[in-house]
Amino acid sequence: MQPLVHAVEGFMYPNEVELQWSILIVLYPFITGLVAGAFILASLERVFQVEEVKPTYRLALLTALAFLIVAPLPLQLHLGHPERSLEMFLTPHTSSAMAMFGFVYLWYLMAVLVVEIWLDYRKDIVLLAQSSRGPLRWVYRVMTLGSTNISARSLRLDDKTGYIITVIGIPSAFLLHGYVGFIFGSVKANPWWSTPLMPIVFLFSAIVSGIALVMLMYIATTRIRKQRLDMRCLDTISRYLFYAFLTDFSLEMLDLIHRIYEADESFKSLDFMVHTRLYFSHILLQIVLGTLLPLALLAYTQLFRPGEARRKVIYSLAGVLTLIGIFAMRWNVVIGGQLFSKSFLGYTTYKMEFATREGLLPAIALMILPFAILWGLVKLLPPWHEESVQTLGGGHGGLSR
Amino acid sequence: MSITRRDVITQSAKLLILTPAAAAFLDYLRGETTELEPKYKIAEHYWAMTIDIDKCIGCGNCVRACASENDVPDGYFRTWVERYQIDAWPDEHPRVDSPNGGHDGFPQSKAPGAKSFFVPKLCNHCAHSPCVQVCPVGATFETQDGLVLVDKSYCLGCRYCVQACPYGCRYIDPRKQTVDKCSFCYHRISKGLTTACCETCPTSARTIGDLKNPKDPIHEFLRDNSVQVLKPHMATGAKAYYKSLDQSVR
Repeated sequence: MQPLVHAVEGFMYPNEVELQWSILIVLYPFITGLVAGAFILASLERVFQVEEVKPTYRLALLTALAFLIVAPLPLQLHLGHPERSLEMFLTPHTSSAMAMFGFVYLWYLMAVLVVEIWLDYRKDIVLLAQSSRGPLRWVYRVMTLGSTNISARSLRLDDKTGYIITVIGIPSAFLLHGYVGFIFGSVKANPWWSTPLMPIVFLFSAIVSGIALVMLMYIATTRIRKQRLDMRCLDTISRYLFYAFLTDFSLEMLDLIHRIYEADESFKSLDFMVHTRLYFSHILLQIVLGTLLPLALLAYTQLFRPGEARRKVIYSLAGVLTLIGIFAMRWNVVIGGQLFSKSFLGYTTYKMEFATREGLLPAIALMILPFAILWGLVKLLPPWHEESVQTLGGGHGGLSR
Repeated sequence: MSITRRDVITQSAKLLILTPAAAAFLDYLRGETTELEPKYKIAEHYWAMTIDIDKCIGCGNCVRACASENDVPDGYFRTWVERYQIDAWPDEHPRVDSPNGGHDGFPQSKAPGAKSFFVPKLCNHCAHSPCVQVCPVGATFETQDGLVLVDKSYCLGCRYCVQACPYGCRYIDPRKQTVDKCSFCYHRISKGLTTACCETCPTSARTIGDLKNPKDPIHEFLRDNSVQVLKPHMATGAKAYYKSLDQSVR
């Protein structure tokens, strides 16, 4: 505690000097945002019949699942008493957004994402249960949940149910990440967080980050599999990314303009903070590199229609910059909200540690983990036909849809 | 050996009845029942604190007494004192300092002639507390006698309440990894004593008051003086009432 005192500029309430929420709490909205965004991209195909993005449908769902599994981990690492965290489900305090969010998360995981993946993969699971050998055979047999009927009528029922689940899933995904925005937006004590726009801004930035992630995953996995990129699919995804990004940017600009115009009690203090302590992460990373530049790149592809090779490079670059920008946005909200004093008279510093429970190292590990899980999921539930034919080989060839 | 349905039912019934019985017995053995204060009737009290800015001399007695009485860890504060120094008007940026929370008093003022005063701060035990509202498990709660308390055996250490408090009065105890804050010295006031901070205040700048007691001097204080709470626009129902609180105080 004492070494931090010199990092204070101006005056802070004595208990405010140390930050409460660390980089792990920055990770959490980033991860749930990716989940919500990936799912909404998947639902574009399922519900809105945008069949150009079909090649990414299963990949988007598996990506969402991999990240959703990892999502509670930064929270558990952060809690003072993670062994008591089950109490949030057993004895929730119903006025708390954090408590009720636990149920939203559980609903989304169990009743939407897992069910949708199961319904979409059920035929493949049944066939894999019949054709595989060894312990993997048992894994697939359990995954069938006893439902082995893959007649045409049965599959049509799967399809219809999956459609309904996706329709329910879209507002559920909105709720999943809008709620995280509400957790911040409803804190009247903090003027950087407290705005009714917060859930909306969080949601749209989630959609942007999720679409960018699936786009990058599609490019990467297609490259790894040495297949040809479906440019029609990529062009469509990037178009949706562009529209979502324009909306997200407009909403964030609205918040900014509103703050500058109204110039309430907190404005001077927050303005100073953005121009000094948050200059790199907010102005440079979030706005310039993370929003304006990808928007310009995507606008260029929409307006000037460059060739395929150039488009691939632009999409990859735009995707990476977008993810950096959205991560920076989460950082600026969470960390930025704790850098200024609630007295509006001073600022503190975030001293991020490295190899401690809430340090940079576990944060990096937690960002790598979903990709490791996704790798396992892709092996278990192949999203692509060619690969699944190759891994099975022999008698039971064609897994056709 | 085959297990019949009857076996399963009888074994499960035994388990269901004996487990809570054993748990209750273990609790009794461990002596974990809370002590009741038989003479203290919760419904007869409603606590608030009055703070007279004109009387506070910034000695830091209250900070030291509270830290000692409530085992407050170094660098964290259940109560603290701020010094305001305002050089000129209109001054949108008063000079404020609180060296170690005022624990060791204050150094010589560098602005002689400025309007200056001390502001002791603590948990306001809000009647419509935002910290209680956000706790995911209800570990922090409002009592019938007007206090906001923390059940440390239940707190997850999520820090949401620390974020939600507009006054900065909460902190995480690094030894227990749960939240802690001023409790109006509940263990003392429920026994008819006063709080540690009020006990040691040399000028009686701080006084704990019982709003439900018609003879309590707090009623005279609230009636005869110009009284403010901190951040009234937050509508927290704060119950730390300040006399002579300057408009520059945040």
